[in-house]
Amino acid sequence: MRRIIVGVKRVVDYNVRVRVKPDNSGVVTEGVKMSINPFDEIALEEALRIKERGLADEVLAVSIGPADAQQQLRTALAMGADRAVLVQTAVVVPPLSVARIFRKLIEKEQPFLVLLGKQAIDDDNGQTAQMLGGIWDRPQAVSCSKVEIADGKATITREVDAGLEVLEIDLPAVLSVDLRLNEPRYVKLPDIMKAKKKPLDVLGLADFGVSEASPFTTVKVEPPPQRQKGVMVKDVAELVDALKKKGLL
Amino acid sequence: MSTILVVAEHDGGKLNPSTLKCVSCASKIPGATVDVLVLAADSSAVAAQAATVAGVGKVLAVDNPANAEAVAAVLAPQVAKLAADYSHVFGPSTTFGKDLMPRVAALLGVGQVSDVMAVEGPHRFKRPVYAGNAVLTLEVPAGDKVVATVRVASFEAAAAGGSATIAKVDPGVATPTHTRFVSRSGATTGRPDLQAASRVVAGGRALGSADGFKLIYSLADKLGAAVGASRAAVDAGYVPNDLQIGQTGKIIAPELYIGIGISGAIQHMTGIKDARTIVAINKDGEAPIFEAADLGLVGDLFAIVPELEKQLG
Repeated sequence: MRRIIVGVKRVVDYNVRVRVKPDNSGVVTEGVKMSINPFDEIALEEALRIKERGLADEVLAVSIGPADAQQQLRTALAMGADRAVLVQTAVVVPPLSVARIFRKLIEKEQPFLVLLGKQAIDDDNGQTAQMLGGIWDRPQAVSCSKVEIADGKATITREVDAGLEVLEIDLPAVLSVDLRLNEPRYVKLPDIMKAKKKPLDVLGLADFGVSEASPFTTVKVEPPPQRQKGVMVKDVAELVDALKKKGLL
Repeated sequence: MSTILVVAEHDGGKLNPSTLKCVSCASKIPGATVDVLVLAADSSAVAAQAATVAGVGKVLAVDNPANAEAVAAVLAPQVAKLAADYSHVFGPSTTFGKDLMPRVAALLGVGQVSDVMAVEGPHRFKRPVYAGNAVLTLEVPAGDKVVATVRVASFEAAAAGGSATIAKVDPGVATPTHTRFVSRSGATTGRPDLQAASRVVAGGRALGSADGFKLIYSLADKLGAAVGASRAAVDAGYVPNDLQIGQTGKIIAPELYIGIGISGAIQHMTGIKDARTIVAINKDGEAPIFEAADLGLVGDLFAIVPELEKQLG
């Protein structure tokens, strides 16, 4: 069985204006719309396309999170994943622990590819794929914008500060995907119905023997310093004047 | 006492300015000693440069043909091995450091602090979360090694004037061959680097086409500025990906940022809010970018930009 594992994180939706809690312990997530991390959606789309090209037999969607993350896994199944695993936990699992859980799943599921988002849009850590590559001792390719698979190898184009970089990696490997890799498909109603019948296993952290404790203590969470609204100028001459006064020209 | 190892970013011949930002961040930890690690095929030129950075105690130089290109899987075991003698390991939060440092942390069995924007103490740092809509202050346990990436826009570059010793070292670890560098392509435009430039002119989807974007290039050249873009402009194919500013692109902190035809989505504002002066030019007076702009001008960019260029003389 040629299998791909895809990570699916439940996060505050992209369009929600995040607010910090008054007691500075975190951000408000109660009653807020939750979705699949957008980068994870791209990872899933890529896995599905690889399968549709006949290069994989099964796409397994994995989430580590609260019971409600089943919603995001059902969406993943509706998009086309074949089955799903939820590692259920009430606490936020730090990236190294997430990587360790994936490492254990890899032993069991033997995938040739693990596809993850390059970062989750909640904590913006951007660590899990690289950490998994390290403890798995396998290749990593971060911020992929093109993935080609042939003969037990992958040729990856990835986005770097200087432009684009091409890597050739042996499989199995872990990839983290960037925005321009693909455009995820829309879920159709019949697919949502079908997804209800697909297998979704719920496991506990105890099944993995991995600590969910964060290595760090949260001291506080604050709103960022706000920029003050400046002045509106009426034309180009006024703009040039203002820039000169600021010593910028 | 804190002993900090900064992993240098370079292209084989020149030290990347991001390393100067990391040294500066490391120097904010009271009483810290700061060493720089240069991994290269031939480290001599870069190590010599690193030795002149103020605040650097020692440069560790590793020469290995496998290090000709920065491949994270190859560099990580070397960094992890050499990190043994240090309390902290810092790298830049550029695509180089983002790729490498979490792998190093995992090999060391510790978490990573991503995007350090302020140092509050040897083990206490501030970092942005939720696309910069919240700032997290966190504490790493006192006994743990600190692995961190440094948000380069948050720190001044360390000055020159140092005279560190250079020590050739051999980490003595096997490096994998499962990950092979093939090529790198990027625009060598002759313009300033987006992340290091003191002036940036950025364009959005309102430019309408790659051809329309020429207005931005032209104004940037007049000002000696780097060119940037919103995600929308990159997605529309007007400009290559390496020009993207924002949460998932580059975070910049120039003296002057001019946003043209950019509405100011949260994800873009995350990338520019450390700019000293923000100028916004947009036809929509209600565009969110005006809320954060120091100077705003409402109008048709296709009339304003050529006029602005003309008035700059």
